[in-house]
Amino acid sequence: MGRYVIRRLLQMVPVFIGSTLLIFVMVYALGDPVAALFGDRAPDPATAAQIRKDLYLDHPLWQQYVHYMAQIFQGNFGTAFDGQPVLTLMSTAWPLTIRLTIVAVVVEAVIGVVLGLFSGLRRGRTVDSGVLVLTLVVVSVPTFVSGYVLQYLFGVEWNLVNPSVSPAAPFSELLLPGIVLALVSLAYVTRLTRTSVVENHRADYVRTAIAKGLPRHRVVLRHLLRNSLIPVVTFIGTDIGALMGGAIVTERIFNIHGVGYQLYQGILRQNSPTVVGFVTILVIVFLIANLLVDLLYAVLDPRIRYA
Amino acid sequence: MRSGTRVKWAVCAAAVAVAATACGGGGGDGGGVNGIVRASWGDPQNPLEPANTNEVQGGKVLDMIFRGLKKYDPRTGAAENWLAKSITTTDQQDFTITLKPGWKFSNGEPVTAHSFVDAWNYGAALKNKQVNASFFSYIDGYDQVHPDSGNPTATTMSGLKVKDDDTFTVRLTQKFSTWPDTLGYSAFYPLPRSFFTDHAGWLSKPVGDGPYKVSSYTKGSLMALRTWHGYQGTDKARNGGVDLRVYTDNNTAYTDLQAGNLDLVDDIPATQLKNVKRDLGSRYINQPAGIIQTISFPMYDPKWTGANSDKLRQGISMAIDRASITKRIFDGTRTPASDWTSPVLGARGGFKEGLCGGVCAFDPAQARKLIKEGGGLPGGRMQIAYNADTGSHKEWIDAVCNSVNNVLGNDNACVGAPVGTFADFRNQITAKSETQPFRAGWQMDYPLIQDFLQPLYYTGGSSNDSHWSDKDFDSLVNQANAQSDSAQAVTAFQNAERILAAQVPAIPLWYQNGNAGYASNLSNVALNQFSVPVYNEITVH
Repeated sequence: MGRYVIRRLLQMVPVFIGSTLLIFVMVYALGDPVAALFGDRAPDPATAAQIRKDLYLDHPLWQQYVHYMAQIFQGNFGTAFDGQPVLTLMSTAWPLTIRLTIVAVVVEAVIGVVLGLFSGLRRGRTVDSGVLVLTLVVVSVPTFVSGYVLQYLFGVEWNLVNPSVSPAAPFSELLLPGIVLALVSLAYVTRLTRTSVVENHRADYVRTAIAKGLPRHRVVLRHLLRNSLIPVVTFIGTDIGALMGGAIVTERIFNIHGVGYQLYQGILRQNSPTVVGFVTILVIVFLIANLLVDLLYAVLDPRIRYA
Repeated sequence: MRSGTRVKWAVCAAAVAVAATACGGGGGDGGGVNGIVRASWGDPQNPLEPANTNEVQGGKVLDMIFRGLKKYDPRTGAAENWLAKSITTTDQQDFTITLKPGWKFSNGEPVTAHSFVDAWNYGAALKNKQVNASFFSYIDGYDQVHPDSGNPTATTMSGLKVKDDDTFTVRLTQKFSTWPDTLGYSAFYPLPRSFFTDHAGWLSKPVGDGPYKVSSYTKGSLMALRTWHGYQGTDKARNGGVDLRVYTDNNTAYTDLQAGNLDLVDDIPATQLKNVKRDLGSRYINQPAGIIQTISFPMYDPKWTGANSDKLRQGISMAIDRASITKRIFDGTRTPASDWTSPVLGARGGFKEGLCGGVCAFDPAQARKLIKEGGGLPGGRMQIAYNADTGSHKEWIDAVCNSVNNVLGNDNACVGAPVGTFADFRNQITAKSETQPFRAGWQMDYPLIQDFLQPLYYTGGSSNDSHWSDKDFDSLVNQANAQSDSAQAVTAFQNAERILAAQVPAIPLWYQNGNAGYASNLSNVALNQFSVPVYNEITVH
């Protein structure tokens, strides 16, 4: 187990270097960001040269990359164009996005698994077809449509919540954005759980458990559901990274100044330290979430062991 | 809706509570303090230094916390002496500036001649890399502190001299009679000592001499401005303060306004323009602003500058149906242009409707004739370049091209050419690698006809993207700048503008309006010529 974890952690090093390099090159390929700082006015060459020098933009790309990586290992993620260190941006943005992701994951896991379980147990009945149609509708509606529509209904039409989230962004205000963010994944979780439950319903161990005379709730929860959760957990694990990155749309709609907002600003202003820094952390989150999922397999299914 | 009403009451109570604490904390004369205005905002691009702010979002904060030598009247646009008691000159080149006594920064420090001279020297110095440094280029000695290449040979401009605490003199490099009227621009604001001694501290909580002071600033999300009761000017704030909230998406700000979660939105999303009158009624503002949109030609490219190319460019201009496009695409938030300035200047300031003449009127037959005489479109087709990342330019560029295509009876004559990002777009233009006409937008820095002509069309002008050059135009601008009489200066500028009508280095398309919407608890909401709300006049009830 320990050796397995260490091996997986070591694998992250090349992935980390490769992804930062790729993102660095891509942001660089967008062109020189300094001209945009001057708006519709032609940059005065001396000032532009001074800005480029201070941002280390007057060096070839590979030197910029080496310089950037050297700074990162000293704990310096660079500075955004408005003079704020990227680390400061991270410390304000990440807590928001993590809170939003927690809401989304809880919503998709709890509601998705419950819906999936019920429709799986009542295969072919009205409940099953109803959930099927519902998930189809949810999957086919893009996040920005559901976001704006729910925001208008809850925020303006019924006046139940504020349409935008305040800078402090407590959990209570993140409920609606969290649901919007979770909607599509929720549909997938429901479908996955249902299929898995239906499949395992006829498994030998379930029949044995019923034959042993175990109470129904114990059969369903302990034997059927637990064994059906493996594909679901895999999905939710990989989804954590996707939710954080995909929050760019949801955060924009609900005016949450989290990771998505900072990434959007960084891309718009072509500020490579912001973009590379945030995406790097996203990559690490993604890798760690996947490692945790793999370790969870062993917990869920005793037949799986890591060496 | 009971719940809605309750929420609103809670908000009002909170606003009153905040206002009360602000009032108590300020320790000022108190009095007519009422509520706080909650207004939409965008994250400023650069640090909030006066000479480093060249976009509207940072500019609106500076205009609230600072006052300069001059101030532009929010209704007429006229430059009035504000901190300046007098600005005098005998030769249009050497100016003596005297300050009104008694003005202070909100930290108690008096505003003196040094506050201005130090601020201007800071703004011009190359090492401070201020994006508005070129505004000081008219001052003698700028070349020494900000050379085009190499290291600066001086740290202060020789053209600035402090006489005493209330007086300083300025020597310009050339005659420039309307120069004092440019001094209302934010780059020329004075700065307190703390700006230089504790720069980081100042940036996290800027201190100025205007009607508001910064109460708290959370970068990227919220700035709370509160009325400064020690303010000496006559334009005191008539509300308790303004909370500027950063919105990434103007649709969200609009929804917040509808839900009663925000009081003032100064950027109505394009998708809501059709509903805004129904939603807000008389609380929707749509009025001219000092912004003109043009299509500029690459005058450095021989394809567009051959013999008779004047006729070609005139013909293209006449093939654009401005009236239909402004109505259909912009829902009346643009006005077809008939000169190269803006209606906000007023007739006295140099705006002249119809100066462009037939060249800016839609005339398909004449357009076909002129384009043919001009040798036809180079290679039989043209593109219009624009940036695709912001501002939703695609719609109107396509409409302009369709108009040209209809006139020429050729579906492929004109197409839009999107460039991914604004930065890339600007790079192509400044590097002269753009070989097709491109869109250009100009927002004035100060309400003067000079600002619409000299930076854009004068040889080597700071925003002369076309790189157009004409001796007669330059000499007329020089004449205008040397005129001591403003009416004669305006006449000379308009004569220069007539050369633009003959040669058309840029096609004027339309004047842009400023838009805003506000909640029913506000009154006296208006926009100034820069399409920025006049915050200090807003009252809350």
